[in-house]
Amino acid sequence: MTVGLVLVSHSAKLAEGLAELAAQMAPDVKIVPAGGLPGGEIGTDYDEVVAATQRADSGDGVVLLYDLGSAQMTAELAVESLEGGVAAVVADGPLVEGAIAAAVAAQAGADRAGVAEAAGSAGLPEDLFPAKPGEGGESADLVLHNEVGLHARPAAVLVRSLAAFDAEVSVRLGEQEADAHSVLALMSLGARQGDRIQVRARGPQAGDALAKVTELVNGNFGE
Amino acid sequence: MTCTAEGVAAALRAAAEVVAKHRAELIELDRAIGDGDHGENMNRGFTAIVAALDAGAPDTPAAVVKLAATTLISKVGGAAGPLYGTAFLRASVKLGDASEMDTATLVEALRAALEGVQARGKAVGGDATMVDALLPAVSAAQTAAEGGGDVAAVLTAAADAADRGAESTVDLVPRKGRASYLGERAVGHMDPGARSTALLLRAFAEAAR
Repeated sequence: MTVGLVLVSHSAKLAEGLAELAAQMAPDVKIVPAGGLPGGEIGTDYDEVVAATQRADSGDGVVLLYDLGSAQMTAELAVESLEGGVAAVVADGPLVEGAIAAAVAAQAGADRAGVAEAAGSAGLPEDLFPAKPGEGGESADLVLHNEVGLHARPAAVLVRSLAAFDAEVSVRLGEQEADAHSVLALMSLGARQGDRIQVRARGPQAGDALAKVTELVNGNFGE
Repeated sequence: MTCTAEGVAAALRAAAEVVAKHRAELIELDRAIGDGDHGENMNRGFTAIVAALDAGAPDTPAAVVKLAATTLISKVGGAAGPLYGTAFLRASVKLGDASEMDTATLVEALRAALEGVQARGKAVGGDATMVDALLPAVSAAQTAAEGGGDVAAVLTAAADAADRGAESTVDLVPRKGRASYLGERAVGHMDPGARSTALLLRAFAEAAR
């Protein structure tokens, strides 16, 4: 079981498209779009948001994300008036980046607060994602052979796999270093096929984490 | 003088008539600075309230107000649905399960409505929103109640203050909602939410006479 997601948008197409995109990176997370009005017009529908929240819950609670002003109000009102023991929270964050970050966090087993926090911090500028390991620890130089490099899906696979280890891991490409626990930070490196990356790990399970990254990179992330 | 469940239902029916009459005006106000759906949304919501009351009105003021709240939340949409829905919902909680509402409770309910709108929309006075109508309305209602006014007098004082408050939004730069994207360009237009708030309070006041 994982935390479920509800994507509240003024547009049904936007919510559905985003749910599809996020599901690619989080196959086991229930992601329910709640966009538009019943007649297909632009707007947010309270009843649909409540129903979507109930559908998204599989026992671990739900995180709702929204696009614009009144969608936030509808989402908050829905959360306040939920009955039947569904634990839900509205996350602040940019809808698209936030949904991706939240989906990956939920897939990795984060709890409701963790998923909401992932969504909330997704919009922060890159320099607010300091790569923690810095110097020290163990490192490995690896070459990306997979077709898309550290793009969305491989980055998500990497973040998900690392969640199991008690280790701080970073990925360096040239002068740039990214926190390997953040999909968006990894993607912002822009590492492509043929690029040489340096993976650095620190902590009790640094060696295991490094071995896992090496295995993923050498196995082309299962592509 | 107090107000019963029948009185509250009558006030809501009066509000529905006023909203229907001012539908085009609210659409025009909203079209100038927003997406133009406020008149239509409010009319749909209050038409649904009347239908719900026709189907069977509850027997306490609080239950009638709550019925209005849930109907508005489901039917109005936009920002007005959650905002008015929250306002009516918070007001209904303050009314408790008493069969009649006195003026002190009425003022408390109005204040709860204001606090609900502010919590939901995060707007303060001067942002050019419905808060600019509701905020002075609550103060005026309290003064009138403390001066010994009856329900009609309290609501009339609130409506007068709300009218002036709505008028004041003409000169304000909106800082919340869709109009805030327009910034200075929205100056010169009355906020449609402040206008509908003033209209509702006026309808309630007239019904209480």
